[in-house]
Amino acid sequence: MLKPFIKVCVLAILTVSAALANAADTIKVGVLHSLSGTMAISETTLKDTILMMVEEQNAAGGLLGKNLEAVVVDPASNWPLFAEKARELIEKEEVDVIFGCWTSVSRKSVLPVFEELNGLLFYPVQYEGEESSKNVFYTGAAPNQQAIPAVDYLRDEIGAQRWVLAGTDYVYPRTTNKILEAYLKANGVADEDILINYTPFGHSDWQSIVSDIKKFGSAGKKTAVVSTINGDANVPFYKELGNQDISAEDIPVIAFSVGEEELSGIDTGPLVGHLAAWNYFMSVDAEVNDDFIDSWLDFIDDEERVTNDPMEAHYIGFKMWVEAVKKAGTTDSDAVQDAIIGVSVPNLSGGIATMMPNHHITKPVLIGEIQDDGQFDIVWETSGSVPGDAWSDFLPGSRDITADWQAPLSCGNYNVKTGTCSGQVYE
Amino acid sequence: MKFFRFSGLLAGLLISWPVMSSDAFETAVLSLNTRSFADKTVAANQLAAMEHPRVDLVLDALLEGELYSRRRSDVVVFATSLEAGGYHLVDAVTGEDLGDVGRRDVRKISVNNKLRRQLKGLIASRQLNAPEPDARIAAVEAISNTGDINLRDVIVRQKTVESNTSVLAALDLALVVFDLDSDDAAVRLAAVQASADNLHANVRVKLTNIAGDASLDEELRSAATNSLLAIEKKVSRYQMIETLFFGLSLGSVLVLAAIGLSITFGVMGVINMAHGELIMLGAYTTYVVQLLFPDAIAWSLFIAIPAAFVVSGTAGIIIERGVIRYLYGRPLETLLATFGVSLILQQLVRTVFSPLNRSVITPEWMSGSLEIVGGLSITWNRLYIFFFALMVFAALLLILQKTRLGLEVRAVTQNRAMAQAMGIRNTRVDILTFGLGAGIAGVAGVALSQLTNVGPNLGQSYIVDSFMVVVFGGVGNLWGTLVAGLSLGVVNKFLEPYAGAVVAKILVLIFIILFIQRRPRGLFPQKGRAVEN
Repeated sequence: MLKPFIKVCVLAILTVSAALANAADTIKVGVLHSLSGTMAISETTLKDTILMMVEEQNAAGGLLGKNLEAVVVDPASNWPLFAEKARELIEKEEVDVIFGCWTSVSRKSVLPVFEELNGLLFYPVQYEGEESSKNVFYTGAAPNQQAIPAVDYLRDEIGAQRWVLAGTDYVYPRTTNKILEAYLKANGVADEDILINYTPFGHSDWQSIVSDIKKFGSAGKKTAVVSTINGDANVPFYKELGNQDISAEDIPVIAFSVGEEELSGIDTGPLVGHLAAWNYFMSVDAEVNDDFIDSWLDFIDDEERVTNDPMEAHYIGFKMWVEAVKKAGTTDSDAVQDAIIGVSVPNLSGGIATMMPNHHITKPVLIGEIQDDGQFDIVWETSGSVPGDAWSDFLPGSRDITADWQAPLSCGNYNVKTGTCSGQVYE
Repeated sequence: MKFFRFSGLLAGLLISWPVMSSDAFETAVLSLNTRSFADKTVAANQLAAMEHPRVDLVLDALLEGELYSRRRSDVVVFATSLEAGGYHLVDAVTGEDLGDVGRRDVRKISVNNKLRRQLKGLIASRQLNAPEPDARIAAVEAISNTGDINLRDVIVRQKTVESNTSVLAALDLALVVFDLDSDDAAVRLAAVQASADNLHANVRVKLTNIAGDASLDEELRSAATNSLLAIEKKVSRYQMIETLFFGLSLGSVLVLAAIGLSITFGVMGVINMAHGELIMLGAYTTYVVQLLFPDAIAWSLFIAIPAAFVVSGTAGIIIERGVIRYLYGRPLETLLATFGVSLILQQLVRTVFSPLNRSVITPEWMSGSLEIVGGLSITWNRLYIFFFALMVFAALLLILQKTRLGLEVRAVTQNRAMAQAMGIRNTRVDILTFGLGAGIAGVAGVALSQLTNVGPNLGQSYIVDSFMVVVFGGVGNLWGTLVAGLSLGVVNKFLEPYAGAVVAKILVLIFIILFIQRRPRGLFPQKGRAVEN
């Protein structure tokens, strides 16, 4: 009776010690994405992307002669929990790098932790800018890599003269719209030709707002909607547009938060022709993209799944980190921070992404039209890559601020007029 | 007839109609395979002017995004995607079956908005001689929408041969819109004056441009201003009606979400935080029904309504038997326990259906809008849901007032001990009442699946609103729920244009707080001894 029990115990001890021995010569990669709660819808995919990249890197012989090991935690869409989990990853699990966060508020929540413990965070989502941290690498788009080119496209190609800036009421839309409003006014758009509208998270009753947009758009000038409406609220918004017979040909809507993943949950019939601005679409015609899609579908084992822009950002971020670690010959945080600036890796649209001294990367900007299969047709792209600008040139306060993490300056918030380096967050 | 057909063909620009050999057809189809949208437009126009039997097929496929080019060989093909990935190909020029290929072997020929509008116009204008009047009207509108002045002649010619009065009216309207850009000052002035009661957005755009163009003569500009004023007056009158409808429709959604709660919370006094998740289960039932009957989307909602009632009702009964019955009379514990249940249900659907939103298809008869008069239209889905809410309300009222169950429920609510003494089985009534409330929540979920996202968080966004409506209306009173829901909806919608969506919601909440201070029992308080305990 006792014998089998002892056997199990011995076996268990052996496994644990084997795991411990193993842990010593693996490089740990932390994954800090919500797997439950509101944001699980978007973030689960990113966790899977990193797991796939880790698996591929191991299959290709690992890194510095060691195997990579992913450590996944679930911050459950709870902003304070992001900070706790980040601390747990760095202090307890002793991970060498973390890929994570989606919303700006979660990033702001973990920022002090990363700066205190000198960790490394790769943040893969487009955001409002006005930030540059020593410990964070922003692989998503800054406003000048998404919002500004999108407005240029609407103005130059579609001929838009009146603008509706519609957004969900939180930090990313508010800051982006502030930048866009300043940009439009600098380009001679009058006050009465701009309509700004904010709605709560998960807003589902769009009747009066769509009716307002319709009225605003029938005043004799071509009207376009720039939408920073977040995730869930988009579906009822587009449905209402369709129901009130506003087609993309009349009033096009360009969205910054609607990608392939978000479209996969809805009936895209009423959305056909509306636009999105990203730095990557699944429909990008490039050999490297086809390879990525194949390995993704293979990894996730579901033909229906799609790829999207934040996934590409993680792809680039991961490759950059690997290159930087190889260059530095160690996973030490400071060494990697120095080594990664200037590192170039291929992106998925057939170009090259380079890490800039301000911890942002270079990206091409693509404009796509939604198709009824939930994919985007690319109708416009910038001729080359656009370097990410951490501090917008269109906001009065941030115009004089620059970020440069290279040796002499080493500052994320340097005022070129006064010649001073202030704290992290600029108000 | 030959001539008329031929005049319709002219609609697609006059470039190459005499060349009708298949060579020209093939060249035009192959030249669609280019990256430049301008070149595609030229090719599409050439195609539309040909009488080749496959022209309609090619243009339709281009519009629908089913036209692909084969990599390396540059053959243009129709591609239908296969269940297992990859595509089935048919040669666009010859119609020859080319078999199945993988995803990477073909490249889509994309269209943008400008080309899409052009294509719709071209395809519709090929229908100008269709036997059905509706198709002809659509063709006329499509031509008018292209705004291409070259197509005015097509309309004029069509007018001489058309006999159907409604098609003739559409033709006249199209002519007026074209004449707003006429070079002849008299014609233009007449068109401007004739547009005074035309609420079409295109017309308003053109009138505004005329009124604001200082280079035009004074008479024309003042006529345009007058027409615009007349239109504006009409529009603002319609705006009022529209806002009222928006309010009623928002209100009916609130009523639907809250009415199940007004039974469980209002009648039984159970604070059920999992009410939102019961709604969510109903919405997911709709999704499952559509999965099971993919061929009967039009009927899916009628199957989903009873199904959702059963699913959510059963879930409700399980919750009642498993959790709530041990906690009667302990509101705080009930609140915490049902909150736990709501989290469990959310994570359950997240595990079973994935955290992603599920796509519930809107049946054809619920899409689009009903045009009451030009410029005033009401969306079908909202209209149906408004009447559906009233029907659910009436049914519930009937159950509570006219059936034995209703009688027992009312007896138990008024005095539990006395009802028991009269021979009513309390347990059974509790089960049935809770099941009924939960089932109604499921039915509400079917309606909400047509308006909002079907995802694990669906319930959360409605739970606060539901409690708000029930408390405001007066606990335990169905009429209170109806009046409260509708009036909150209307107030919200009338505030929204002035205050914005966020502030409007806050104002409504402040109003309710103040109201509850004055009248703690809501709009329609229950009277009598039952309330005192």
